[in-house]
Amino acid sequence: MTTEPLAKPAVLVEGVGKTFDVGRGRSAGTVVALDDIQLSVATGEFVSLIGPSGCGKSTLLRLIADLDQPSVGDIRVFGKTARQARIDQDYGIAFQQAGLLPWRSVAANIELPLELHGIGREARQKRSAELLALVGLSDFADRFPDQLSGGMQQRVAIARSLAESPELLLMDEPFGALDEMTRERMQGELVRICGETGAAVVFVTHSIPEAVFLSDRVVVMSPRPGRIVGIVDVALGRTGDRDDDLREASTFFASVKAVREALHGIPAAAITGVETR
Amino acid sequence: MRARPGVRARSALLGVAGVALLALVWELYKAVGPATGVVVGGVTVLPRTSDLAMPHLVTMFARLGDPVISTPGSPMLWSAVVGAAGFTLGIAAVGWIVGVVVGFLLALVMQRFRTAESALLPWIVLSQTVPLIALAPLVAGIGSQVRFGEARWQDWMSVALIASYLAFFPVSIGALRGLESPDAAHVELMHTYSVGWWKTLIHLRLPASIPYLLPALRLAAASAVVGTVVAEVSIGLSGGVGRMMVEYASASSGNPGKPWAPIFGAIIIGLVSAGFVAVLGLALARYRRGEVNA
Amino acid sequence: MRGVSRRSTTTVIAPIAFGLLALVLWQVIVVGFDVKPYVLPSPLNIGGQFTRALGTIWSGTRVTGANALVGLLLGAVVGIVAAILSALVRVLDQLSIPVVTAASVVPIVALAPVLYTMFGAGAETARQLVAAIAVFVPVYVNTLRGLRQVRPVHRDLMRAYAATPWQLTRTVTLPGALPFVFTGLRIASSIAVISALIAEYFGGPVDGLASSITSAASYSNYTLAYAFVLGAILLGLVFYCVTLALEKLATRHRPTP
Repeated sequence: MTTEPLAKPAVLVEGVGKTFDVGRGRSAGTVVALDDIQLSVATGEFVSLIGPSGCGKSTLLRLIADLDQPSVGDIRVFGKTARQARIDQDYGIAFQQAGLLPWRSVAANIELPLELHGIGREARQKRSAELLALVGLSDFADRFPDQLSGGMQQRVAIARSLAESPELLLMDEPFGALDEMTRERMQGELVRICGETGAAVVFVTHSIPEAVFLSDRVVVMSPRPGRIVGIVDVALGRTGDRDDDLREASTFFASVKAVREALHGIPAAAITGVETR
Repeated sequence: MRARPGVRARSALLGVAGVALLALVWELYKAVGPATGVVVGGVTVLPRTSDLAMPHLVTMFARLGDPVISTPGSPMLWSAVVGAAGFTLGIAAVGWIVGVVVGFLLALVMQRFRTAESALLPWIVLSQTVPLIALAPLVAGIGSQVRFGEARWQDWMSVALIASYLAFFPVSIGALRGLESPDAAHVELMHTYSVGWWKTLIHLRLPASIPYLLPALRLAAASAVVGTVVAEVSIGLSGGVGRMMVEYASASSGNPGKPWAPIFGAIIIGLVSAGFVAVLGLALARYRRGEVNA
Repeated sequence: MRGVSRRSTTTVIAPIAFGLLALVLWQVIVVGFDVKPYVLPSPLNIGGQFTRALGTIWSGTRVTGANALVGLLLGAVVGIVAAILSALVRVLDQLSIPVVTAASVVPIVALAPVLYTMFGAGAETARQLVAAIAVFVPVYVNTLRGLRQVRPVHRDLMRAYAATPWQLTRTVTLPGALPFVFTGLRIASSIAVISALIAEYFGGPVDGLASSITSAASYSNYTLAYAFVLGAILLGLVFYCVTLALEKLATRHRPTP
């Protein structure tokens, strides 16, 4: 179900590389953050990027979001350039820090992108009420971010990223700063939300179980230079249908094992369910 | 850091005790100190304790309730001081507003253009490390040549100009820091919404700058008051507490409480201006939620 | 590499270029529009007057500079000692809050006239005291903040080592507070010069820079007045640069507070 060749893919990354200039004076040089990345994310597909620190998974996400520009290669989002997709607001984004504006109430934070793009007050309020219901925070609309727990703040951030009903969600370790219990609950909610909205997701994480639980495919990356070393197909059914029981299923563990082995550099051909590119 | 009522009452009480302690030291030294002061090697290290040099606190306050001069019809000293304080406060307010506007515009330009920051910031810092207030007596000279049609440059404008010169600095520095305070994540969020500098300013940088701006506004208010009082003296503008200080000090023989009256006036101006900024801070409380309480 | 050096070139060149441009513009305007010296002398004239009157300016600078220095040292010593006491004895801190708060918003220079009466109008003591009181506030506030700044992890570490309170003070609290002390001193250095200078406008002996500025202005010798202003600027710069260097020295291993 993952690849439907007819529609334009949500994200198409072709031959992308990214180098950074680092250091100053004599120690100056360049670091290859990403090297020859090929990746395609279909509409409605949930893809996780996983790998150790420095493998360029966040960099790749930033390139897709047009927060940075690739040194070589081409990125298409729904067939457009990343820049055009950003200008057209084709994606929503959530970072590791919730990044809520402390002087705005919860509802006003969710309405921020709508307000910036000139949506009328009534339509904004209607939309934020819907989204608050979606993330289960209807009673907190008038609170301020400092009155919420970390998990609730992150839920607001996710609601904000959904404000303009994007077809693509970009998430950079959105649950990275949360404790394990909250994290699992948030994963459950994200799975449900994705099922309801049908958006494609590119999700950066360094947690193997998280990647497996959420994803249709897990993209395993290695550092220095950042490369894709394997892509694991997670055969756990549609993202929207998953629930917590799945965490104890043997199919779940099999996929966890596959990702772990890909991460640890076992020859990819030896692992079932892993396609190499 | 919201204090419990008991703790609050205690610290208020201790604060009052601190002021009382200061008064006690004054009276105690006046009682036991030598009338000619303590002189070490020709330098007076501790003050004279004569009634003229160090009047009793009671004398200072009692004097406020007497007429300014003994001729009949003279207003009470306290009302004269209040009038002068109001005059000075008015000029300081003008200087403050001008300084705040100029300082904020400078900060905006520096935030917008990196080269402007490199070119201007060192001079702004330098402008306050050097005592350009020494220029005060000369500003009136320049001003006297300025005309706007019928309107002539007034001396009080020179005073306000000096005040604004002292006031703009903390605002420009504080506002610049505030405008540059948003996290990279917030700036990038605005970038992902593909909005420009102007909308980012209105929705992100301006609100985020307020916690930095408020202490700067308080400092600016204090500076504007100092600048006004000093400039009144050095330019020779009468009507405010600055000139009153010099006049009363020179005519204080046999009238020891009188020179203290304009000092009380200056203290009140300082407290009123600080109080005004505090009220402003309360009005902007929603923008200070992210503020880390020191 | 090139990017870095270009950036540092901008930060050095841009302000210098801006300053030079301003000076040239000033000169051109004064000469071009034939601005009279009593309005604004040209920078070249001020410079010339400065070198001609160097002796007088130097003696005035010495007097004002000495007042500022005495005030700075006195205010700094009292401020640091008071901060240490307040950090140790909490009641002292609470006693001082309203007085210190008031001192930070009230024009200290207002005390100058009565201080002249208390210490004699013929002596410099009053000016030094005005500077000292003005210096006290930032030094006290910054030092106290520094003493309070002990990071919990360091305190816990010392506790785990079973260190005595004095060992904690010596190895953690004082070194941690030092950068704050120097930051306070840097702020205070400018205040010391400005306070010593403006106290002269309120009376006392006629020998400092500010007195010279007013007397030169009253004799309509405006170029000389501006030359004295230049002297005051240089004095302020010296004070600032010395304390800035001290601060840099004290904070070279730490991020500035």
